Amino acid sequence: MSAVTTETATETAAVPAAEPVLEASGVVMRFGGLTAVGGVDLTVRQGEIVGLIGPNGAGKTTFFNCLTGLYVPTEGTVKYKGTVLPPKPHLVTQAGIARTFQNIRLFANMTALENVLVGRHTRTKEGLFSAILRGPGYRRAEAESRERARELLEFCGLGAKADHLARNLPYGEQRKLEIARALASDPGLLLLDEPTAGMNPQETRAAEELVFAIRDLGIAVLVIEHDMKFIFNLCDRTAVLVQGRKIVEGDRETVQNDERVVTAYLGAPLEGTTAAQEDGQ
Amino acid sequence: MTESTTHETSPVLPLPANLALGAAVGGGVLAAASAAMSWTWTPAFPGDLTYYGSPAGLQWLALVGGALTALLALAAHGLKGLRWLSPSGSRNGVLFAALGTFAVCWYAVVAIAVELDGLVNLDPGGWLAAVGSLLAVLGALGLPLDRRRTVRHPELHWGLYAALAVSAVLRVGFGQGWALDAVPPGIRPIFTENLWFFVVLPAAIALFRLWRLLDGRLRIGRIERPLPAARALPGWAEILVVTAVFAVGLGVVEFGVSTEYGELFVGFLLLTAFATAALLASGAVGRLRELTARHRAVTTGAAFAAAGAFPFTQSSETYVLIGTNILIFATVALGLNVVVGLAGLLDLGYVAFLGVGAYAAALVSGSKFSVFRDLHLPFPVAVLIGAAAALVFGVVIGAPTLRLRGDYLAIVTLGFGEIFRIAMNNLDGTSGPSLTNGPNGIAAIPDVSLFGFDFGEAHDFGALHLGKNGNYLLLMLVATAVVVTVFARVANSRIGRAWVAIREDETAAEAMGINGFRVKLIAFALGATLAGLAGAVQAHVSGAVSPDQYLFSSPTPPNSAFLLAAVILGGMGTISGPLVGAALLFLIPAKLEFLQSYQLLAFGVALILLMRFRPEGLIAGRRQQLEFHDVQLPAQAAPADDVPTKAGA
Ligand SMILES: Nc1ncnc2c1ncn2[C@@H]1O[C@H](COP(=O)(O)OP(=O)(O)OP(=O)(O)O)[C@@H](O)[C@H]1O
Ligand SMILES: [Mg+2]
Repeated sequence: MSAVTTETATETAAVPAAEPVLEASGVVMRFGGLTAVGGVDLTVRQGEIVGLIGPNGAGKTTFFNCLTGLYVPTEGTVKYKGTVLPPKPHLVTQAGIARTFQNIRLFANMTALENVLVGRHTRTKEGLFSAILRGPGYRRAEAESRERARELLEFCGLGAKADHLARNLPYGEQRKLEIARALASDPGLLLLDEPTAGMNPQETRAAEELVFAIRDLGIAVLVIEHDMKFIFNLCDRTAVLVQGRKIVEGDRETVQNDERVVTAYLGAPLEGTTAAQEDGQ
Repeated sequence: MTESTTHETSPVLPLPANLALGAAVGGGVLAAASAAMSWTWTPAFPGDLTYYGSPAGLQWLALVGGALTALLALAAHGLKGLRWLSPSGSRNGVLFAALGTFAVCWYAVVAIAVELDGLVNLDPGGWLAAVGSLLAVLGALGLPLDRRRTVRHPELHWGLYAALAVSAVLRVGFGQGWALDAVPPGIRPIFTENLWFFVVLPAAIALFRLWRLLDGRLRIGRIERPLPAARALPGWAEILVVTAVFAVGLGVVEFGVSTEYGELFVGFLLLTAFATAALLASGAVGRLRELTARHRAVTTGAAFAAAGAFPFTQSSETYVLIGTNILIFATVALGLNVVVGLAGLLDLGYVAFLGVGAYAAALVSGSKFSVFRDLHLPFPVAVLIGAAAALVFGVVIGAPTLRLRGDYLAIVTLGFGEIFRIAMNNLDGTSGPSLTNGPNGIAAIPDVSLFGFDFGEAHDFGALHLGKNGNYLLLMLVATAVVVTVFARVANSRIGRAWVAIREDETAAEAMGINGFRVKLIAFALGATLAGLAGAVQAHVSGAVSPDQYLFSSPTPPNSAFLLAAVILGGMGTISGPLVGAALLFLIPAKLEFLQSYQLLAFGVALILLMRFRPEGLIAGRRQQLEFHDVQLPAQAAPADDVPTKAGA
């Protein structure tokens, strides 16, 4: 489908690329004295799969929360397709950003199908009265929603599990269900927070295929992962977050050959350049 | 076949198989037959059990229980033509039915002996009932029952034994007076007048211990068996079965409502509880559920028809009034279930919305105690005004509070409930503006008249007689139908799913694009509106409104505490749950006068026990069952959450 563009951070501005979907600039998130995210810029373009990596506690999830309105960033702006996002989670989803959670947050006591139907919420309008009156319009919309939800379950490989309670699904399938639920809001950008955590190698392979398939639907993907193989197989571009700062961004070689990344992952202190220390003063 | 690592099928008593079966069937038959004999020689015992050949009161229960035991025993044995009664083939149903019969018969016999002073008062019938039901239990214990393999025997905490000993000593001490010296004189009456506590507490501990011992011996468990495929019946026959079941249900409920004395009601409760357990174990209930799920419309129709037929079966207006009050209570409880069960919002002042609706409707009803006494709006308009007033209050209360997460709503609604009552008391023209006539309330609300049908008059339709209370019962039934319809439709819609999602995980729900505040406000306002609607009808049914009808907690339902209890007890998020819960919570205090002063205590204990053993409530939807017990049910095509299985009255 879309040509896989490999571009380094420095080239980004030079190459005439696809429309940006997400533009985060100078996002800062402080919790009291702790700066969890210290001024991160990130752009995701149409048709891209972008990776976000970094050691534990680097601020990746916090950054996601800032993008999706769960946290209101202390500083900085987030734009989706050129418009600044309102700091309310449901409005962000409405605008077109959907997400999954690192610690699975399904509606445990709803069936898989119902979970996906909840994901359709922003794309349907039927209110209280049409639900009570059950006119033909309502029936049609409800049938369409169910149809679409079943398609999405099928797409994520959960076709047979529609009527199972989410809590009774195996771990890997719960992660897939989170993706199906997120896709139900017809997003332009999908944020995946560690989608393969706890998966075995086969499941991880399947998840890779799924992410490619999602990209092929024209949905840009921003994915957090600790599994480097997964990230480098998948991503056109990867940003590395260490202690709230983006230290490198670029393709596989750029990231892998950067010695700051290596030191960060080996746990050696980044002498002098530590983001949290600078901000903490 | 049904053996597993955790469960086995084995008899508790090592009896020869045929002997056990014979004892169970024979015991059941004997107990049933005893109903045709005299149990006691004197009519002094309530219900007059002295006649040969015509069962009365408790004897009917013995008849039903005994027959059920014998039939279940034969059905579980595989007798041709009876398999439908015991599709699972589990023998536990036989044991439960026998225990129910035993409980009823022995309760009656002991009550006769105690109330009339001595066993000499027992006639042969009474002896036969006692012996027969005991025989049935022994026989059932000899059948291959579903049992757990493991015995959990955690030792009772020593503190419990200590409490037992201390309270026994205190009982003696306070009785003889010497322990009183340790108590300041001012609070001595607290102890001397509540000596029962020092008896009940050790008794409860001893019973608990006894139960543990017994449970260790019996190890009764439950093996989930897939029901064999039902013999295919033509559609009309299935519908006939559903209808027949509801007719039987109507008979059962009618029997319960029209019990005339406490002993009979206790017996009734015992038998219904055990019989329900028995039919659940035998799989008959499961079979019925399949049927009702297939014929949803027929089921709902049959349930309402049964409730509607109730006033025609009653000769006494008082029992019809009880039915009407149960319906009011149940309808309001179902409205509360939208707020609590679906959206997970804790509303502690729900009854105030009922009051708002009732007062609003009463004010425009043309009552001469209303400040707008010249205003007599037609009933449907009054109902709409009641609902609208409650809606306004719901939005006013909900809009500021629902923005916050956490328990603020519970506190605010609790406060609103109190403010409502106090305000209604004070808007009497002296303490405040004149609106509600203060503590006297608005009485003499004129009877409803719709399309020339005067609800205040008795009507005869051919052979059928419908009294005033009957008219209102039917009117209330319409309100119930409205609420049931709204609940059923909304629960399974986009907005209903959003409520459940919010209840499950508000953060995730918002991340899925749900505006939490908006959706919660809709739930809260809908709940308030339904309460207002019910309140407006209730004002016309009871003919008067006064502040003391709408309290947080009082000995008589509906009040906020009882409403919440009805929802939780019955089953959150289901339709039939709150209806059944409300019926029980209304009937038990109404029928058992001796409970009156300990009612709240009894409810507390009942709720604790229920939450311990059946946290999903008496009637659980599929979802609730899965939520609280880690069983894996086979997936079903249709969401069978909200099949109403029994009408409220
Ligand atoms: N709500 C909060 N209040 C205070 N501190 C927080 C909050 N959320 C996150 N933090 C802190 O921010 C830092 C970044 O956390 P975050 O969860 O974003 O890390 P992460 O990169 O996602 O790590 P992991 O790979 O383990 O998921 C951590 O030190 C964490 O303790
Ligand atoms: Mg994280």
